[in-house]
Amino acid sequence: MPEGVVTVAYIAATMLFVLSLGGLSNPETARRGNLLGILGMSLAILATVCGPRVTNYLPITLAVIVGGGIGVFAANRVRMTEMPELVALMHSLVGLAAVLVGYANYIDPAPGLVGVDRTFHEVEIYVGILVGAITCSGSVIAFGKLSGKISGKPLLLPARHFLNLAILVSVVVLGRWFLGSGSGGGLLPLVLMTGLALTLGVHLVMAIGGADMPVVVSMLNSYSGWAAAATGFMLDNDLLIVTGALVGSSGAILSYIMCRAMNRHFLAVIAGGFGTGTGVTPAVGATPAGEVQPILPKETAELLRQASRVVFVPGYGMAVAQAQHTVSEITQFLRGRGVKVRFAIHPVAGRMPGHMNVLLAEARVPYDIVFEMDEINADFPETDVSVVIGANDIVNPGAEEDPDSPIAGMPVLEVWKARVSIVMKRSMASGYAGVDNPLFYRDNNRMLFGDAKQMLDETLKHLKDE
Amino acid sequence: MRIGVPKEIQAGEKRVATVPEVVEKLIRLGFTVAVESGAGEGANCPDDAYREAGAEVLGREDLWAASDIILKVRAPQVHPELAIDEVESLREGATLVSFLWPAQNPGLLQRLASRRATVFAMDSVPRISRAQKLDALSSMSNIAGYRAVIEAANQFGRFFTGQVTAAGKVPPAKVFVIGVGVAGLAAIGTARGLGAIVRASDTRPEVRDQVKSLGGEFVEVDHHEDGATAGGHGKVMSEAYRKAQHDLYARQSMDVDIVITTALLPGQPAPKLITAGMVESMRPGSVIVDLAAEQGGNCELTVPGQVVVRYGVTIIGYTDLPSRLSRQASTLYATNLLRLMEELCPAKDGILHVSMEDEMIRGTTVVKDGVITWPPPPIAVSRMRKNGATAAAPVAVPKAEKPKGPGRMARFASVILLGAACLMFLWVGAKAPPAFLSHFTVFVLACFVGYMVIWNVTPALHTPLMSVTNVISSIITIGALVQMSSPGHPVPILAGIAIVLTSVNMAGGFWVTRRMLGMFRK
Repeated sequence: MPEGVVTVAYIAATMLFVLSLGGLSNPETARRGNLLGILGMSLAILATVCGPRVTNYLPITLAVIVGGGIGVFAANRVRMTEMPELVALMHSLVGLAAVLVGYANYIDPAPGLVGVDRTFHEVEIYVGILVGAITCSGSVIAFGKLSGKISGKPLLLPARHFLNLAILVSVVVLGRWFLGSGSGGGLLPLVLMTGLALTLGVHLVMAIGGADMPVVVSMLNSYSGWAAAATGFMLDNDLLIVTGALVGSSGAILSYIMCRAMNRHFLAVIAGGFGTGTGVTPAVGATPAGEVQPILPKETAELLRQASRVVFVPGYGMAVAQAQHTVSEITQFLRGRGVKVRFAIHPVAGRMPGHMNVLLAEARVPYDIVFEMDEINADFPETDVSVVIGANDIVNPGAEEDPDSPIAGMPVLEVWKARVSIVMKRSMASGYAGVDNPLFYRDNNRMLFGDAKQMLDETLKHLKDE
Repeated sequence: MRIGVPKEIQAGEKRVATVPEVVEKLIRLGFTVAVESGAGEGANCPDDAYREAGAEVLGREDLWAASDIILKVRAPQVHPELAIDEVESLREGATLVSFLWPAQNPGLLQRLASRRATVFAMDSVPRISRAQKLDALSSMSNIAGYRAVIEAANQFGRFFTGQVTAAGKVPPAKVFVIGVGVAGLAAIGTARGLGAIVRASDTRPEVRDQVKSLGGEFVEVDHHEDGATAGGHGKVMSEAYRKAQHDLYARQSMDVDIVITTALLPGQPAPKLITAGMVESMRPGSVIVDLAAEQGGNCELTVPGQVVVRYGVTIIGYTDLPSRLSRQASTLYATNLLRLMEELCPAKDGILHVSMEDEMIRGTTVVKDGVITWPPPPIAVSRMRKNGATAAAPVAVPKAEKPKGPGRMARFASVILLGAACLMFLWVGAKAPPAFLSHFTVFVLACFVGYMVIWNVTPALHTPLMSVTNVISSIITIGALVQMSSPGHPVPILAGIAIVLTSVNMAGGFWVTRRMLGMFRK
């Protein structure tokens, strides 16, 4: 296949990618969007393989089959609650691939570039490897935090901003060294820089608390895109540049949207630490006085049976307990009895953007009764019962009422305005933000302690027994 | 203290400020009650009924002279033919309770003040939850809304319910209600009750559920703007909104049989919503009921107080709809007044205590002991908008207080970043080879495309979207594919590993996205 045809195929692939992302903005067209993505990817790969520059077919086929097999296997095995981990892990693969391609390109005999062209080419390699390495190690740490293998608490080294800055400066210095060295002699600074970049990735994500993980995951997504774009510059390939830029900008926008939802400044999240610029853990405000009122599943069922408007507020606890199916059953039961049941999703509920929506969809909760915070917040005063399932910070009235609270100003779901709110929780421990929640002590709040799944199962049983 | 209830002197006014049932309750509060002879005639309350309830029945002049508190419906007025000036009749230092419209009647307010009177205006009751029991405007609007449908039905030549009879099929009447306040809601409920198809429109989107709850259909103006004010009333909308609104009304006019308009703006003439052209476009035999007729009317062709036929369309401009249901209106109004008396006389000793600390009493009082106290200081928020306001307000506060930490640093950082980006652009432009620049153009354009495509994604799809973008970023594999064919060992090995990694990502990512999307259902 001549070079021109390959280029045309690349253009077609680019368009397919744009259409794919466009399709994914709406549930009606999302499935088609995914198919278009597959089509674009296959087209790009086929065109490349059939192009004039590829001659080594057997190993390529082998590699694709092995990799694809592993991928499908993993994708089939993963449970929906583990989606965030999987996505984070996949980001690290892209990062690593970018590093490898960068090295390969550097070792590859240069295509006779001289002067400025050569300098630029080397800068591109350097940047590609830098971004790829940060993505790779950062994603691995994010994976660890999300799967609970690493503590979700932010690791706040004393001079962490300074440390980050020092690493960046060293990277620039190494870059000068790398550019100054002759052909083949730059390998040492390149390796050193890779090491530094990996450290930087680890450190950046370690410093970010678990509650901010949704932002981190989409940030890393963005990084993997930039890495692809840098590789595209390096290889003179517009397809890579366009695709990388698409992914990079979309990831950045997603993170921005989420930061806005949490009333946090984008750079403050990226720089790490929760809500504090000084590196001191937030002083927990005065512990709200008062008694919590625990109830049992039986009484919960009673409350739900008497209600005519119910709002469920799912959080990470629902994901952990795998309670979404029981929630769905309760929903069906209540709806069958004419109760108006709705779901309120906070933009940062869960550990990944849209996490709760995916879980509820898995449990076959119709998506037209699932609402965003802005759509439903005004309706709480007319709600009889709001049920909070394993969420904490996103329903903390302190964010609105206590200006000293570390999460002050973060928009929250106003569940306490319902006639009765029920909070399902394993214990009285505080949320990821480490902030006590005055909601628990409200007069119209009840606490249902225990594993969310087990408690909901019992509630459902009592509902049906009647 | 003695309460006096005079007969209304406005021509055609049939309401009366108290009814026998309420007289008993007023007496229980410690008051003595006097009623002018014939006051309740229009509302089917004969003098004897008042006497039985314990009231004294007096002649007009005796009544005004003997009463410390006067309860009325209409604002006091001068009636030349009967030679009555109600303000003059009011005893020096007495208390008056009635509708007053202080904004429209500053002169009246002055005259009452000069009588050293204390005046409660039932139209100035603040719109707070606690004061709802005093809200005579709502009581009257409720009646007006009901009566509007009845009047329309009276003029309309067809059934409201659709029927299939031996003599043929009858289509249901279509009713369009503009302005979903108390009157609008009452009209929707009544028209639904008669079996009509009801649609309603309002500038405040939050009334949608109220319309639905009554069985109506909420038609939205195709332009987003919230028309609610802090007082819970409607407000003047923007030009673009009015255009969209005009289009909506024009479309509806052609389709419906009955239009009921209830749009009022506080302290202003009623907005003209139905133009002559729209009336002309309606089917002959259609009916328009203009509840805003007294304030000039929502329809251009309305004649206040009259029923007129224009282009075959009957336009009802009655301004006395509550009075046309005089017994009901009097009972509700009397109860509203009773609630006010209860608030003013908590000790049940028949003596008024006007507490200006109470925001409900404060708002209703327009003259206190000869001093004009209108307008009252504004009340912060109405019950309707409270949620929105509290959600927005706290966000602003911490922002102002907390920029010391990450905020200021972050802002500083963004300025530096912006500067650096500008410098880099300049440097790239000056130094870069042309091949790079063409790539760079593509790169920047693609960033914008990404921005445009992603900005409106629904939050529910964030996860699938991220998973797909992640897969797409494994396009890096293209580079690896080309490198596989390089001579030597190290390069193909590195590239091979890269291909395996990206393949895992591609296959796994698409597969898992497919799984996820398969679960989204309506």
